[in-house]
Amino acid sequence: MEVNTIKVGMADLNVTKAPHQLTTLGLGSCVGITLYDGVNKVAGLVHIMLPSSKEIKNNQNKAKFADTGIEELVKSMEKIGADRKNLVAKIAGGAQMFNFNSNNQMLKIGERNVLATKEKLKELNIRLVSEDTGGNFGRTIVLDSIDGSLYVRTIGHGEKII
Amino acid sequence: MLDVENLNHFMIDILKELGNIGAGNAATALASLISKKVNMDVPNVRILEFKEVASVLGGEENLVVGIYFEITEDVIGNMLFVLDMDSAINFTNMLFNREKKDKELDEMDISAISEVGNILASSYANSLSSLTGLKIVISIPSISIDMAGAILSVPAIQYGHVADHALMIETIFEENQNLVTGNLFFLPNLSSFDKILTALGVN
Repeated sequence: MEVNTIKVGMADLNVTKAPHQLTTLGLGSCVGITLYDGVNKVAGLVHIMLPSSKEIKNNQNKAKFADTGIEELVKSMEKIGADRKNLVAKIAGGAQMFNFNSNNQMLKIGERNVLATKEKLKELNIRLVSEDTGGNFGRTIVLDSIDGSLYVRTIGHGEKII
Repeated sequence: MLDVENLNHFMIDILKELGNIGAGNAATALASLISKKVNMDVPNVRILEFKEVASVLGGEENLVVGIYFEITEDVIGNMLFVLDMDSAINFTNMLFNREKKDKELDEMDISAISEVGNILASSYANSLSSLTGLKIVISIPSISIDMAGAILSVPAIQYGHVADHALMIETIFEENQNLVTGNLFFLPNLSSFDKILTALGVN
């Protein structure tokens, strides 16, 4: 069977089953959250931009926020045969691309996105098994639905599988 | 943050005009710096969906240069200049008056780009300031060379608070055979954008 790699854009999510892959390219301050059900071989990826849908008026797009994005991802995975209790999470991104001395909250958005993601995962009892977050560089990630491995690629900061 | 979804044509024209005057001043500043004639095209104001933004710069994983500034005083917000690698290399060729150079940027090049980015950003800020009478101060630049998607996540997130689109002013500078396409993201916060429109008499 041919393996498809499905691209997930900014403020977007998608799900797939083995043997296909999910990818999101050039994560900066956004966070790529991957969920995986190893029993049913179901994988999901959401590319969130902001921590919370509650702080913002324009919140129709659920995939834009950590809180609603993760909930929506779980639902979408259940629809194609995932079991909520099998889900484990891996996350990447949340970088700070530009550095300033001043205490600019906008620049710390990456860190806030990671914190909000972890809180939501905890609330939903989804175990975070690994992460590659922070720093000041971009990341591309590829999630393999055969074994749930997450490949992380950067420019000048190496590549790894988490 | 400026509400891109609800911009009318009139407001877009104003932004275009600001871009035009800013880029004109930037081209003049650049020309006097390198003592050569610098041409520029009329800036193109583009309103892009988040997923289209990176494709303008060659795709999410394409290596680009981002120069970021904080804006303070009467207008609060940020400004981001993005150059693709070809433009960045042409830019350094222009600055150092050299023939084609295709190798990677070195420390000296990066420092020069950052400095000139500063001059260009100041030109935009000054035009805006003289048109509106508002005091606008820009910070020292912060530079990042990385994937287009990652750098553009910064303006996208800021626009993301109110919209699903981002506004970009694209300007092409030309000196001899060196073409430089500069993409400017002007990111005033919502109350500052109102202030600018009021100062221009359009609110």
